[in-house]
Amino acid sequence: MSIAQSLLSIVLEEAGRHQVQRVTKVAVKVGAWANVVPSSLTFSFDLIKEGTLAAEAILAIEQMPAQGVCHACGASIDMAQPVFACPECHSKDIELTSGQELYVDHIEAE
Amino acid sequence: MADINVGRNILEANERLAAEHRRRFAQAGVKVLNLISSPGAGKTSLLEQTLSRLAGRLRCAVIEGDIQTDEDARRVAACGVRAVQIETQGACHLDGAMLAQALEPLDLAALDLLIIENVGNLVCPVDFDLGEDLKVAVLSVAEGDDKPSKYPALFREAGVLLVNKIDLLPYVSCDLERIHRTCRALNPKQVAFDVSCKTGEGLPAWVDWLESWVKG
Ligand SMILES: Nc1nc2c(ncn2[C@@H]2O[C@H](COP(=O)(O)OP(=O)(O)OP(=O)(O)O)[C@@H](O)[C@H]2O)c(=O)[nH]1
Ligand SMILES: [Mg+2]
Ligand SMILES: [Zn+2]
Repeated sequence: MSIAQSLLSIVLEEAGRHQVQRVTKVAVKVGAWANVVPSSLTFSFDLIKEGTLAAEAILAIEQMPAQGVCHACGASIDMAQPVFACPECHSKDIELTSGQELYVDHIEAE
Repeated sequence: MADINVGRNILEANERLAAEHRRRFAQAGVKVLNLISSPGAGKTSLLEQTLSRLAGRLRCAVIEGDIQTDEDARRVAACGVRAVQIETQGACHLDGAMLAQALEPLDLAALDLLIIENVGNLVCPVDFDLGEDLKVAVLSVAEGDDKPSKYPALFREAGVLLVNKIDLLPYVSCDLERIHRTCRALNPKQVAFDVSCKTGEGLPAWVDWLESWVKG
């Protein structure tokens, strides 16, 4: 059960449920903190999609930036690098709000 | 042409199993650790040292994940602790389905602590929740002080950091303070111990912390 295998099984399940002939595109969203390298996911997906309804599907990966919020002053914070404290008010009460996404957004099929 | 809205988490199958395992662990009253590091950082050595110190204090069992061989399970069994081996047949991490099989022979209710040694790998194991209470990251000083910033996911998720092989500090260029600084930035709540499985330094503090965490 690798990430590419889990992705393919979701795609094939959706393709079956909607009774399509073939999948042409798979759109995936991956957060900067999701610990997934787009090029290796594409490489593995392209290897295992052979011989399935998704054999010709293009994997489109959209990378989502890591964003946080400061609960003390409400500032939104760029979390691309490790952040100790809010750059505005120096509070340590900060939380990640986006950047951990790892999901299939939609697929295109015929 | 059809445009199908999906909105499904890629790891949903594993996360369902993780939730199920987490429920089972809580019901049985067993605390579970997921031990993660690069190959050779000292996970099995730490198990040997930790388990022998916990003898008579906690009822423990171990699940050993390796790509091949049951060598690590035999090392753990030599400490008098039940060890179940998972051979992943090439997979570079454990997942919920593999764990489900390994749990079968274990009586969880008879345990206080179950430690899962993941496959040696700093990256993939982090994505696959096993239903554990705590991830423990092991980093040896010989790997370099840049590893937490290069592989942030593990060090962000780990509730405990064990910096191992500190007996080697005189021989390697490793800025221990840099490791701790980076990890504190990635996860301010992380608990950290500097240890050596060779000299035993730092191990009593870690084992005492672990015992009170399990009992608390
Ligand atoms: N000098 C020194 N060597 C250590 C220490 N801890 C472990 N080692 C050595 O490091 C090597 C690897 O240790 P293991 O415990 O097998 O490492 P591991 O993380 O379980 O390795 P894998 O399961 O293969 O990923 C062995 O030769 C150990 O003897 C330590 O604190 N100091
Ligand atoms: Mg080992
Ligand atoms: Zn602020």
